[in-house]
Amino acid sequence: MTQGVGVAGIYVRDQDEALAFYVEKLGFEVHTDAKNGDYRWLTVQYPGQDGFQLGLFRPQAPLVDDATIEAFNQSIAKGAMPPLVLVVDDCRAAYDRFNAQGVEFTQEPVARFGSVDASFRDPSGNGWKLIQAR
Amino acid sequence: MVGNKPERAGQDPQLLRRLLRAKDRMDAASHEEWPVDQLASVSGVSEAHFARSFKEAFGVPPHRYLLTRRIEKATALLRDTDLTITDIAFQTGWSSLGTFGRIFRDITGKAPGEFRADDQAARHELELVPHCFVSAARRPDLKIAVSEKRRQESGDNGDGSNQQEIP
Repeated sequence: MTQGVGVAGIYVRDQDEALAFYVEKLGFEVHTDAKNGDYRWLTVQYPGQDGFQLGLFRPQAPLVDDATIEAFNQSIAKGAMPPLVLVVDDCRAAYDRFNAQGVEFTQEPVARFGSVDASFRDPSGNGWKLIQAR
Repeated sequence: MVGNKPERAGQDPQLLRRLLRAKDRMDAASHEEWPVDQLASVSGVSEAHFARSFKEAFGVPPHRYLLTRRIEKATALLRDTDLTITDIAFQTGWSSLGTFGRIFRDITGKAPGEFRADDQAARHELELVPHCFVSAARRPDLKIAVSEKRRQESGDNGDGSNQQEIP
């Protein structure tokens, strides 16, 4: 793939915590982890999905001002950030695997609309839908 | 937030994350009763603190939020299943069919049966959107109490005599 979305990021409250969650619990792999002073460009990839990186970023100065940082941190913690969808071959198997890792599920797998879906949150509060590929 | 007070920027994100957990619990089982002490303990705050903090965080008091989720679920069941209205009322947490019908109408402007007929007549092209997002987008936006909404619509200037029992 040469064209298309390469990186899309989410905001997290703590990048170390997010890294541990996405890599150790969900099985993502680190793509780039580059620090420059206080700034850290951190992206992960779903195994086998080479064309796309998920950025795990922190709202931070000097890119945004303090009041905006505070507003983002509140929005993240309230679960008010945009929807995220993780597609898997087998939702129940992924649920069992993630649940055993201590992932915070907000909805157990439900079969409907010709698929199976569940919901979980990352430690920051970002909500993921876990959907079985049709 | 009103004004710009740098010394107090609003609610602590750690508290908000715990309040979100209480909201998630209601989302997962909106047919349950959810007494305040139970929600408060999910969030690790006192009962007195909980309702105020929840409203500040999410814009509605916890039990009104629960009501919007029940109505959202009822509308989805009306749309997507052939369950009877009685079954839907009980499945979504009401113990009285009459109360369900009345509150449903107060909130959506239509009786449950009417809502079902209208919605099925106008099918939307939403099959490609994960259903929970469609459902959430159609959640009733209850900025005022149901009793207040009812009073406004009936032109009643409100002596408060009929507003027991409704969050």
